[in-house]
Amino acid sequence: MLTVRILPCLDVRDGRVVKGVRFAGLRDMGAPAEFAARYESEGADEIVLLDVSATNEGRAAALDTIRAVRDVLSIPLTVGGGVRSVDDARRLLEAGADKVGVNSAAVRDPELVREIAQRFGAQCAVVAIDAAATAAGGYEVVTHSGTERTGLDAVAWARTAVEFGAGEVLLTSFDRDGTRSGYDLVLVDAVANAVRVPVIASGGASDAGHMLAALRAGAHAVLAASIFHESRGEVGRVKEFLSREGVEVRP
Amino acid sequence: MSAFEVVVVPTGTANLASVLAGLRRAGGAPRLAEGPRDVDRAAAVVVPGVGSYAAALESLRSSGLAEAIRDRVLSGRPTLLVCLGLQLLGESSEESPCVDGLGAVSVAVERFADDVVVPQLGWNRVEPDEACRFVRPGHAYFANSFRIVHSPEGWASATSVHGGSFVAAIERGAVLACQFHPELSGAWGLDLTRRWLEAACTPAKAASDGGRSC
Repeated sequence: MLTVRILPCLDVRDGRVVKGVRFAGLRDMGAPAEFAARYESEGADEIVLLDVSATNEGRAAALDTIRAVRDVLSIPLTVGGGVRSVDDARRLLEAGADKVGVNSAAVRDPELVREIAQRFGAQCAVVAIDAAATAAGGYEVVTHSGTERTGLDAVAWARTAVEFGAGEVLLTSFDRDGTRSGYDLVLVDAVANAVRVPVIASGGASDAGHMLAALRAGAHAVLAASIFHESRGEVGRVKEFLSREGVEVRP
Repeated sequence: MSAFEVVVVPTGTANLASVLAGLRRAGGAPRLAEGPRDVDRAAAVVVPGVGSYAAALESLRSSGLAEAIRDRVLSGRPTLLVCLGLQLLGESSEESPCVDGLGAVSVAVERFADDVVVPQLGWNRVEPDEACRFVRPGHAYFANSFRIVHSPEGWASATSVHGGSFVAAIERGAVLACQFHPELSGAWGLDLTRRWLEAACTPAKAASDGGRSC
């Protein structure tokens, strides 16, 4: 039986892990490869690396970062951030990514999801969806780090992306991200029920209880950054907690 | 100890970098196959596989590599096949109904049932039968939408469960074919790769299995 997955996320800018990406006050946390190796030894099931570089120099550095992480990492690596074409995806894969996350560019042109899935396989095509609650009680896709509202229904977009070939959905609550108030469980439930592929819950987690709640709401994997960065051994503690609660984790 | 030379078949696989890095960590010195002769003569060969069944077979057949891989497997020479690599060994796949597999193992590849998450993406428990000498119990990382349900005759096999039992790996002599990804299966996968590499590239061990020495 498949176990649930615990995914530490590295926000990387110009080759360094940073914190506070979506907010003011970026802080340099350290080298991505060191974080990745530490998380693997703590029991992480995969690593997600999001490149938030704003410049071309930063994007070139990201490829070196992926190579360095790959050299030390024996678990899957998903890389996202600024993927606009099949060539972008290919470069990330050749550098050592196992899966590629597409976000804004896929919203603009869903054919990109189809092209990546056809070329590299559905298991390689992760669609990253940033969703914000609407006044009407639904969820709307936002892009470009939340600066653009698309008017697109997040659940409908998840379904469309999977029809176009996405093999996994990385679902981030824009409202909860960075708030430490827990994942948006209504959002997780709605998307997990709408698609057959695995859904990764993201945005808002600050403890293992939040992760348990997201898994019970239908998520197949849970992603977090800060709580893992700040506390050594946290991945293992989360897994112990989930195991005590009857959730199957990889030992 | 010098590194074990191992030839990797370029199947157009998406995560070739991970496969090469995994082999290096396990003590291997991987290089890419340049043609059928390379695959035929190498002491140890790895066939990675991520992608489409039909496209992979077409590519392997047009380059002449398909026959070389099939010969290695049938004659028991040290060969490690990963994910799609395992599926290609069978006779057919529901993924591409009109295409013949390599036919080295009499199995058919089928899509997972409709009531489970597909693709299967994540870690699943692997249980080897008593005849397995490479695969040990543990958790392996899978990324697949299709699988083999019945273990083939004449092979040791390991199974996992995803909406029912399926074949996680088969082995015979120095041939090991895995549905999961050893290169992404953490320390467990690294140990498995190392065991296979050592058996494949150590003359005494390989000779007892009918394989060739390095």
